[in-house]
Amino acid sequence: MEKRVRFKSSWLPWVLIAPQMAIVLVFFFWPAGQALYQSVLTQDPFGGSTEFVGAENFQRLFADETYLASFKTTAVFSLLVAVCGLGISLLLAVMANRVMLGSGIYKTLLIWPYAVAPVVAGVLWLFMFASPMGVIAFWLRAVGIEWNHLLNSNHAMTLIVVAAVWKQISYNFLFFLAGLQSIPKSLIEAAAIDGASPWRRFWTIVFPLLSPTAFFLLVINVVYAFFDTFGIVDATTQGGPGKDTSILVYKVYYDGFKALDMGGSAAQSVVLMAIVVTLTVIQFRFVEKKVQY
Amino acid sequence: MASITLNKLVKRYGNGKTVNQVIHSVSAQIDDGEFVVVVGPSGCGKSTLLRMVAGLEEITGGEISIGNRVVNTLEPSERDIAMVFQNYALYPHMNVFDNMAYGLKIAKVPLVEIQARVDKAAKILELGEYMQRKPRELSGGQRQRVAMGRAIVRQPQAFLFDEPLSNLDAKLRAHTRLEIQKLHRELGITSLFVTHDQVEAMTLAQRMMVMNAGVMEQFGTPEEVYSRPATTFVASFIGSPPMNLLKNAPDARPGTIVGIRPEHLDITATGWALRVDALEMLGFERLVYGRWLHGAGNELVIVRSDETQPVPGLDTIIHVTPRADRLHTFDAATGKRL
Ligand SMILES: Nc1ncnc2c1ncn2[C@@H]1O[C@H](COP(=O)(O)OP(=O)(O)OP(=O)(O)O)[C@@H](O)[C@H]1O
Ligand SMILES: [Mg+2]
Repeated sequence: MEKRVRFKSSWLPWVLIAPQMAIVLVFFFWPAGQALYQSVLTQDPFGGSTEFVGAENFQRLFADETYLASFKTTAVFSLLVAVCGLGISLLLAVMANRVMLGSGIYKTLLIWPYAVAPVVAGVLWLFMFASPMGVIAFWLRAVGIEWNHLLNSNHAMTLIVVAAVWKQISYNFLFFLAGLQSIPKSLIEAAAIDGASPWRRFWTIVFPLLSPTAFFLLVINVVYAFFDTFGIVDATTQGGPGKDTSILVYKVYYDGFKALDMGGSAAQSVVLMAIVVTLTVIQFRFVEKKVQY
Repeated sequence: MASITLNKLVKRYGNGKTVNQVIHSVSAQIDDGEFVVVVGPSGCGKSTLLRMVAGLEEITGGEISIGNRVVNTLEPSERDIAMVFQNYALYPHMNVFDNMAYGLKIAKVPLVEIQARVDKAAKILELGEYMQRKPRELSGGQRQRVAMGRAIVRQPQAFLFDEPLSNLDAKLRAHTRLEIQKLHRELGITSLFVTHDQVEAMTLAQRMMVMNAGVMEQFGTPEEVYSRPATTFVASFIGSPPMNLLKNAPDARPGTIVGIRPEHLDITATGWALRVDALEMLGFERLVYGRWLHGAGNELVIVRSDETQPVPGLDTIIHVTPRADRLHTFDAATGKRL
């Protein structure tokens, strides 16, 4: 059966996708083009003159140790966010999938953090971790840990990871729960009759069947950690102490708007753009081929 | 191998105000090596009964023993049974070999023996060339055989089947029915087979358990169930077209129902007088639908005749005689055989 709609006129389809295309053009292609353009220019800090410099911004970038350090920071941060975020939300989803009574309330409560803006999430956790009055800082002191994310870079990293993970858990949870619910109950029963313990059933049946979902979420979470966590970093550590939580996207902002190095900042954006494109391509390739059963 | 004993088995769902009892005190003894079919209309509790034996459903009351062990509180894995599900429940991410070997690997059977047992099952079921395929690369019939193979390799005390043939087309179903029969003859493993299809039940069963609304109406050989149905429900459920259950037969005692199968009514010169209401010509057989002449309501009497008989005209009057030794009498109030 022919499933696609066929249009008689040739212009109608274009009209119908025009609003979408306009948005993509204005909010993606135009800024992306600007970034590309800017990345080959250098501008004096007062915006007076610009000069074409070719690949010099990129050369400068990869010779810059703080930029390479920022790469490492970002890698650590996104790995932590992805692993913790996926682990915790998988655990929550497995539990929610078992609960019958009050599962509606449980699920609704778990979904709320997703509605919170990154900056607000950051501020929320900042308050809780703030020394000496924050709730968590208070408890930590009670068990002998002197919390100070302004001086201790591990503490600072923990803070942004916690805030970022907390906000992303809802999203992961929903996908994992949907994935779990699409596994036929009879598979689990068959495995139970085959003698598999609940633990073994999870790792040999449930988890392999969830792996496409898990891989999809892994990419989504890495992209999230790379880009959407700007608000959290800005509201809590502002890249500090030193540059120890200055992830790539924060550095773009800092170098462009605080250090007024427009060319360098634009070059960083282009690099980030390349990373996103790569991740997305990997995602599509893999989801279609490898991680399937 | 082992016998299975059900003792006053009860299943209720829900609690408090919304109790729903789906199995009403079922008792039965399935002998060692016997093939028993549980048959009944949709929703009568067949699957529930089977799942209680498997340990997938909690037992509300009564007792189940497999061998001489009461298994009420045992996990499914401890009951030493294998089950074939209606949707086969094959592990989609494992190939055919791994699907069959899964239970054996967990039981820590040595690899050499796993290989041997799976090979043997694959040979019996003609699955040899598909061992490396994933379930989604198999046809429905092949999947069904893999599910059977997974049960066979375990060498369990008993096989449980929940409508394993209902997803196959008619031809394949008839073929698989014969295969299952052959398999049971070879392996001789106690089997409990659930179906709603009476043909499947009649052809496969050594004994059959006819269920209705959670009650076991009769437990006997197909022959007994056909020739001496215990209740009006069994009489109408087994046999196609169903047995005539007549309240207004000319010689019926009040308070009783007379049962006679359409194939046991002969068109004769004298006897019960009927007006022909409708005719169905089915080639080798024909069904004549008649109504009583003696004003008694709208009771329909079905008569089965064959091509050697003349075709009665519509609205003509015919006479039929029941074969005396094939008459059944039931209590009108309880539906029980008298
Ligand atoms: N989890 C449950 N909670 C409440 N009632 C249930 C539950 N599972 C089954 N039932 C009820 O128990 C009765 C028997 O169900 P069961 O699945 O055993 O029927 P069945 O004979 O196998 O029917 P079918 O031929 O359609 O598979 C049905 O009336 C059903 O509504
Ligand atoms: Mg059923």
